[in-house]
Amino acid sequence: MATRTRPTRGRSEYARKEARAAWLMLTPWLLGLALITAIPMVASLFLSFTSYPLLAAPTWVGLDNYLKLADDPRFLAALGVTFRYVFISVPLQLSFALALALLLNRGLRGMRFYRSAFYLPSLLGASVTIAILWRQVFGKDGIFNDVLALVGIEGMSWIGNPSTALSTLIVLNVWTFGSPMVIFLAGLRQIPREYYEAAAVDGAGRFSRLVRITLPLLTPVVFFNVILQFIHAFQAFTPSYIISGGTGGPVDSTLFYTLYLYQRGFTQFQMGYASAMAWVLLLIICVFTAVNFLGSRYWVFYADEK
Amino acid sequence: MLRTASKRVDPDAETVSFAGTRASGFTKTVRHLLLIGATLVMLYPVIWMLLSSLKPQEDIFDTGFWPQTWTLENYVNGWNALQYGFGRFFANSAFVAAAAVIGNLASCSLAAFAIARLRFRGRKAVLGVVLLTIMLPYHVVVVPQYVVFSSIGWVNTFWPLILPKFLATDAFFVFLMVQFIRALPRELDEAARLDGCGPFGIYARIILPLTLPALATTAIFTFIWTWNDFFTPLIYLNDPATHTVPIALSSFLDSTGQSSYGSLFAMSLLALAPIVGFFIVAQRYLVEGIATTGAKG
Repeated sequence: MATRTRPTRGRSEYARKEARAAWLMLTPWLLGLALITAIPMVASLFLSFTSYPLLAAPTWVGLDNYLKLADDPRFLAALGVTFRYVFISVPLQLSFALALALLLNRGLRGMRFYRSAFYLPSLLGASVTIAILWRQVFGKDGIFNDVLALVGIEGMSWIGNPSTALSTLIVLNVWTFGSPMVIFLAGLRQIPREYYEAAAVDGAGRFSRLVRITLPLLTPVVFFNVILQFIHAFQAFTPSYIISGGTGGPVDSTLFYTLYLYQRGFTQFQMGYASAMAWVLLLIICVFTAVNFLGSRYWVFYADEK
Repeated sequence: MLRTASKRVDPDAETVSFAGTRASGFTKTVRHLLLIGATLVMLYPVIWMLLSSLKPQEDIFDTGFWPQTWTLENYVNGWNALQYGFGRFFANSAFVAAAAVIGNLASCSLAAFAIARLRFRGRKAVLGVVLLTIMLPYHVVVVPQYVVFSSIGWVNTFWPLILPKFLATDAFFVFLMVQFIRALPRELDEAARLDGCGPFGIYARIILPLTLPALATTAIFTFIWTWNDFFTPLIYLNDPATHTVPIALSSFLDSTGQSSYGSLFAMSLLALAPIVGFFIVAQRYLVEGIATTGAKG
């Protein structure tokens, strides 16, 4: 980004002025980085090696918290619930997003309307309102059962049953496919038309154009969405809290990782334990992201790379 | 203007058809039916909730989809169902959200301008740190933050919710604006500089006005995310007088049984109203905003 300015004394003076201005403008960000992010991060790493009931001073316990985690059945339950939630709901959500983006990209009349209608739920999905609604929809007297009754199936409380409660949360996350869909749509628009024209000349059918042009060129966007939505899903909290009344029940079947962390840290005030959980979460997210980046070499295709 | 919209195709032209496929009328109809069906299935629960909130309480689970009697009693009853009226909770939420918007606009745009336009040592490192912090889960910092904020008496105040926004901790928006500002022509800065503008002048007079779409996106997303936020206020706001709307709804849910579902629905829907309102007014910025950051990093 070199700009063409003659190297005079005025230039270097301006450069100094510019650098000074830059750091001045970055001051709020630097303060935030230090006070809100970096120092608390170091502190939380330290606390994760202590027992800290908030009202008393932290006492060093070494790796105790981490060792306890490995033996804590509720922690293992939370891990299992969260992994199932993440690894089922995100692929489903992204499949819906991609399918509808492909459908909407065909230049249908009313495309903007559909796009908006599908996008709206992703703005609402994290709200308490929708979680309350979900409790109702999948409750005993809920409208999901009303629909089932139409085809003669007798319903039950899907929220109250430990083997189905998590599925209702998965449905909720799939429901918010609108935001990755919009990102897919933007990605589809960037594919140059000439490619399709050339392929049509070569006699490529619709399916082979999809598989050989659209999907490969879309892989960077798929990759981006995968990273974003997985990280997002690992940190989901509100629906599990509201649907289970803060307990993670029935029988811990909706106990999200973050909900268990909240219970340990902010209802039982075991700050050391909660910090250890937070670091394990960070580790999981880092490993996941790293694996994704490494794996991306094999399936993500960048058109501008020769 | 937006990076994604810059390519040969007008982004909102409804006639853009990829691959030049000409679909028959029949195929088109099938597609529309599919899409309309999907829209209905997706929005049905919300519409059901809206209609239920307009029914008398005893009708909600017994009568059909459409209300037989229309009433606003659920809204009236819900408004004052808790210790404080919902007016207070809405005021709390609005205050927090407005402060968060102002904070993010000011702090993120300043940082973004410095990163995108000014030359200084460590610029790449700064951008790298911004990108890293986007990925950082809040939970890794929440415990020490809570310890500090509670030790200085900030529990049951709005400070823990607002202060971080003035310190550009929402790195996502810094990145969004960096991307946007980078796409603006450099010549503008050069010209302003020759006219005697310093870095702050260029920021305030040249870049800021041109960054309006990105600022709008930031403002709207900040508003919606802050308005919906549940975790942070749940931790910091224990005193009912300080509750934001989501926390109030949660305690409403705890305190009612089946008996006042109508008013619970009514208040829940009111909580969505500002979001839907923003969405209708400004969906262009929302949809394009996530497309810009999303499509090409």
